[in-house]
Amino acid sequence: MEKNELIAWEYKCIQEESPECTSACPLHVDARLLLKEIQKGDWDAAYKVLNKTMPFPGILGRICDHPCEERCKRGPVGGPIAIGALERLCVEKHTGRKRVQLLPRKNHRIAVLGAGLAGVTAAWDLLKKGFVVSVFESGDRLGGSLWDLSEQMLPREVITGELSVLETMMADIRLGIQLDKAFFEQVCGEYEAVILDRDSLHGCDFSLELDDDGLIVIEPSTGATGRDGVFAGGGTRFRGSFSPVMETLEGRKPALSIERLMQKVGLEFGRENEGPSSSRLYTSLEGIDPLPRIVPRDSIKGYTDEEALMEAKRCIQCECMECVKKCLFMERYKGYPKKYAREIFNNERILFGSAHQYNVFTNSCSTCGLCETICPNDFSMADLCLEARRTMLDLKIMPPSFHEFALDDMAFSNGEPFSLFRHEPGKAESAWLYFPSCQLCGTAPVEVLSSYRYLRETLSGGVGILLHCCGAPAFWAGREDLFKEALDEIRASWEEMGKPRIITACPTCLNIFQEHVPEMMPVSLWDIMLEVGIPDTACAHGTTGNTVGVVDPCATRHNPVQQKSIRRILKTLGIQIEELPLSGEMPECCGYGGLMYNANPALARDVVARRTTASDNDYLAYCAMCRDNFAASGKRVSHLIEHLFPGVTGGDPAARSWISWSERRANRCRVKEWVLRDLGEREDSQVEEYEKVKLTMPPDVLKRIDERRILEEDIRKVIFHAETSGKKMRSRENGNYLAYLQPENVTFWVEYSPREDGFTVLNAYCHRMKIVGIMK
Amino acid sequence: MNFSQEAAVWSCTSCGGELGLIKVGFTYMKGNFEIDLPACAACGLVLVPENLALGKMAEVERILEDK
Repeated sequence: MEKNELIAWEYKCIQEESPECTSACPLHVDARLLLKEIQKGDWDAAYKVLNKTMPFPGILGRICDHPCEERCKRGPVGGPIAIGALERLCVEKHTGRKRVQLLPRKNHRIAVLGAGLAGVTAAWDLLKKGFVVSVFESGDRLGGSLWDLSEQMLPREVITGELSVLETMMADIRLGIQLDKAFFEQVCGEYEAVILDRDSLHGCDFSLELDDDGLIVIEPSTGATGRDGVFAGGGTRFRGSFSPVMETLEGRKPALSIERLMQKVGLEFGRENEGPSSSRLYTSLEGIDPLPRIVPRDSIKGYTDEEALMEAKRCIQCECMECVKKCLFMERYKGYPKKYAREIFNNERILFGSAHQYNVFTNSCSTCGLCETICPNDFSMADLCLEARRTMLDLKIMPPSFHEFALDDMAFSNGEPFSLFRHEPGKAESAWLYFPSCQLCGTAPVEVLSSYRYLRETLSGGVGILLHCCGAPAFWAGREDLFKEALDEIRASWEEMGKPRIITACPTCLNIFQEHVPEMMPVSLWDIMLEVGIPDTACAHGTTGNTVGVVDPCATRHNPVQQKSIRRILKTLGIQIEELPLSGEMPECCGYGGLMYNANPALARDVVARRTTASDNDYLAYCAMCRDNFAASGKRVSHLIEHLFPGVTGGDPAARSWISWSERRANRCRVKEWVLRDLGEREDSQVEEYEKVKLTMPPDVLKRIDERRILEEDIRKVIFHAETSGKKMRSRENGNYLAYLQPENVTFWVEYSPREDGFTVLNAYCHRMKIVGIMK
Repeated sequence: MNFSQEAAVWSCTSCGGELGLIKVGFTYMKGNFEIDLPACAACGLVLVPENLALGKMAEVERILEDK
């Protein structure tokens, strides 16, 4: 990922955008943090939040006209938070010393004429930055029109106390100065820059251009007047009503311009967001209790501590986090997309020897696309992670363990044991080509065969069959080479078959084909069924009249037509439908997608476990991996194809339990064998010697080894090797044998005991660390 | 069960010999390790007990994968 790409990704995620209150505030006071501190009862910390951004918090905290409240997201649900009143209480409670940190002194001398709120703000900002500041005021005190405010609103001693800080900050304050044109000219000659407080100087004539309200005309974004080095601000009361917070901003802008002028940098650059601005932050109000605003019992004294706490607690602490709320993967890593994009960017730049802590993260996303659907800005973690996986491969930092098992499984499907394409028996051409998918063949071989028979009986022109994997695992692993290879093989078979129309029973295959080989005009088995008629064999088993939760697979997110077809078929079968919360546009993955199950099996198990809690009803899936993963978690679930082509004995398909990876492979082999048998062909595949090893496995061992991603084939190899080479160990306790073998990258260990017709497997485990041998 | 106890349970069927604790080398993702494990000095057969494979060894594999 390049830096500009990171910036583009970061911009898409709005979680770090300022909340509405902060954006609405001309000074961008962090009101959300202020309220958070008040919620905790930490008034000192709350004061520090104000002090960080506000000049003279004791004054402004009491008199601010709080435009933040107008844009508070609480508005429609109980009324905006009384930020102004809480601010007031916060500064009233503060009795500590006013601490101001000054930057090292600079030699630039600046003059401020007029000491109204804008003038004293400009002085404060410049003094903080180390400038030498002289304040000239015609009256006998600082503060200008602040003294016109009521005593109740702004006690006199507060004005004096707060403004005395300027002296502490080493301001050169001159009172009782006649601020006329001659004096202005003199100051312009003696100082490097001048700021004019338009509130205090209203009516003065300095030979500067005035507007209709009698205010000196300024450039709004910088406060620059028509004269070089002279800036001005303030005077809001002459243009409507006195806004203390805008008046403060009007003092702050020219101060910043002068700083830039002294640094010889552009006055206007990057100042778009100064003052009230808009925010892109999205905050959902779903489920927010509409608590009404707390009204103080004593309207004159304002909030008591207790009332203030209650009012502050109404603040919902605006943030987006919409995608994180729905995605366990993102929730687990305790961040949000913007942070993740940064981490991935950094992860790619770590030198060898340091930890790439985001390797597992990058490969744990199921790439289901739910975040993109939820996000107001369409941030796609799938795109981010898939691109990062390809980069990891380029950088040669992709650990093989993340995808090897899945890619081996794909290689199996695309190799001799499963891969096949043939015309319909007795036909020399195909108008249609059935692509049942490797995983459906793996879990429901008999039903696949029945569905193929059904297609041949109902469609004319010949229905060929293509047994292959669509390449999705390679796509998810970032292996563009293997993905292309798989698609090329499929395309070549399809062309050799005379370019028939592809029918697939797997939503992932359908997606892959639609996106990468659209010329095959793929269509789903279910849509074909609605066109030509549901098979007579179809029945609802024990589910007639029952209700099932329909599990939409993530691959159908953008395919409402297919989702509707499924529901129409279910209605025809008399099955009642429960719409699960994450259906339609919103499905989550079952953990198979993106190879999450391979790189982060524990997370994949938790994702499925969470999804099983959405309903007590049986689930009905129409993706083979959804069926298998829910079944493995103990949920009663069936696949649609099991209802459409039930076995002779009928029975309850939701009672069918989990299925091992070995069994899936064996089932795929069976499908190929049966298809060939129908064609009168025989498979003359070579049976390896080790394949003849007969295994018996107790159910708990079967489940354990499958979770450890150990295939029966691996076990056969180990035992075969041990028995033929004699390299094994024997237990003195029970006579069991223990042997190991590393066929490729993984070392497999098997504990077993011989029996009359083969071997009983008692345990198996594996590791990737390679045994070098006994060290000399 | 510690490694000595494991060594006492198993014997090498090739030579019928006992297993002793011997330094065994491992390698993974550019990392090399040595650890005293039950092994048959004569035949070179080594024993990686299940708790080592699924415990410490898996942990080190994960750390190296994040390197």
